[in-house]
Amino acid sequence: MSEPLVRLENVRFAYGERMILRDISLSIPRGQVVAIMGGSGCGKTTMLRLIGGQERAVGGRVLVDGQDVGKLDREDLYALRRRMGMLFQFGALFTDMTVFDNVAFPLREHTDLPPELINDLVLMKLHAVGLRGAAQLRPGELSGGMARRVALARTIALDPMLLMYDEPFTGLDPISLGVIGQLIRRLNNALGASSLIVTHDIQESLQIVDYIYFISEGRVVAEGTPDEIRNTSDPFVHQFVHAEADGPVPFHYPAGDYATALVGGAG
Amino acid sequence: MGDVFRKLGSLAISGVWQLGFIARFFVLILRYSGQSFMRLHLTIRELYFSGVLSLLIILVSGLFVGLVLGLQGYEILQRYGSSEAMGTMVALSLLRELGPVVAGLLFASRAGSAVTAEIGLMKVTEQLKAMDMMAVNPIARVVAPRFWGGVVSMPLLAALFSTMGIFGGWLIGVVFIGVDDGAFWSQMRAAVDFRYDVLNGVFKSAVFGVAVALIAVFEGYDCVPTAEGVSRAITRTVVSSALAILALDFVMTSFMFRGL
Repeated sequence: MSEPLVRLENVRFAYGERMILRDISLSIPRGQVVAIMGGSGCGKTTMLRLIGGQERAVGGRVLVDGQDVGKLDREDLYALRRRMGMLFQFGALFTDMTVFDNVAFPLREHTDLPPELINDLVLMKLHAVGLRGAAQLRPGELSGGMARRVALARTIALDPMLLMYDEPFTGLDPISLGVIGQLIRRLNNALGASSLIVTHDIQESLQIVDYIYFISEGRVVAEGTPDEIRNTSDPFVHQFVHAEADGPVPFHYPAGDYATALVGGAG
Repeated sequence: MGDVFRKLGSLAISGVWQLGFIARFFVLILRYSGQSFMRLHLTIRELYFSGVLSLLIILVSGLFVGLVLGLQGYEILQRYGSSEAMGTMVALSLLRELGPVVAGLLFASRAGSAVTAEIGLMKVTEQLKAMDMMAVNPIARVVAPRFWGGVVSMPLLAALFSTMGIFGGWLIGVVFIGVDDGAFWSQMRAAVDFRYDVLNGVFKSAVFGVAVALIAVFEGYDCVPTAEGVSRAITRTVVSSALAILALDFVMTSFMFRGL
């Protein structure tokens, strides 16, 4: 088996005093779609930022295509980022440009292609996400699901080797959600890329991904293929898959004794 | 008592840090300006937004300041029987002080606040981050063009402000009050020195342009990415720009015009 495209080795990360990632090791094999799951605020998005080089790990290594992201200078990092695509939670489209110009943006910035060719490429990317007809609209005129599809077209404009998705399913209606899910899978296969999805939408993810990691309190607590995950007896995964309010992930934020707090009048 | 000193101390320290951040940011802008000049249309677009769209408020305010200067000037000068010196008074006060300072204050509240709001909102909606992830430097692509747009348009706007002001003074003095037209212009031309008065004024407005543009882009780029954060950043832009303009004006005036 060839070397995985992305490998995290014993990665640790903290914002100031607050430890976010304690000891994470995982890998994304080439050509696969991998999901990272966990509750809100468990450090999933931080992982994407580490892989994209927007943050640097405190300990351990983040390897992308054999390069240690934490050690790259700005130029090499930008060279690497040209081969990565990241879809932000709410699309992050440039609001002062049309849909067409948004998708053309990376092409115009990084290539010297003639306008006719850029025009064709943009229309192809937009066609792939089903929004060729929306090329002249402004981001403000799009629904949430459409905006995310446009952002997806922009993300794949330069045919990246790695696609990263930050909560791609959040706030979408069931139809848009299914569309985005299918697009993630289809584009990954069509581009021969590898994809990393950070999400907490377990049902959608089980249908489209090859492998899932569960993160809790800065560690990988469970992993497996969708079939393994469905049939696991792991209490954390069980709680997550069945959306139970209480379990290994407690319902209550850590607090002192309840009775004492009520009688004593202080939290 | 100790608490007061501690607070004062921490205020001073954070102020110095802030100055350091701004200075570093300024160096970054200069460093990446070359990249943004390669695509001049970006800067020209910002020139339009900061400069052309500020024209109305600048021209109208200039006219009114000139009208008021004319009225007040005439009223004072005629006591000494020298109402023909009105042209000189209007021109000198506008070229040396009011043109650069008032245009700068207006520019900060019209264009500076808009730039801060735009960059701040781009930060809130993760557009800057997205750009950075696409390997496009937001300082070169977003910040530098807006900075230079402000720097270039500010002296031009101040010049137009002064021109309108002089026109307003002429309107009041010559057209309405009846001061002699020839005396108005010839006294002005005799008294106004190109280097000493005009160029010093232009220099002042250029310095204000750099200050306001830098504060505006910095506050936008540095804001806390929330609705409240953006609103505070806009307020800070207007307040700090105003203070910076007045302080810089005092310093420059004390060097330029020593009443030799």
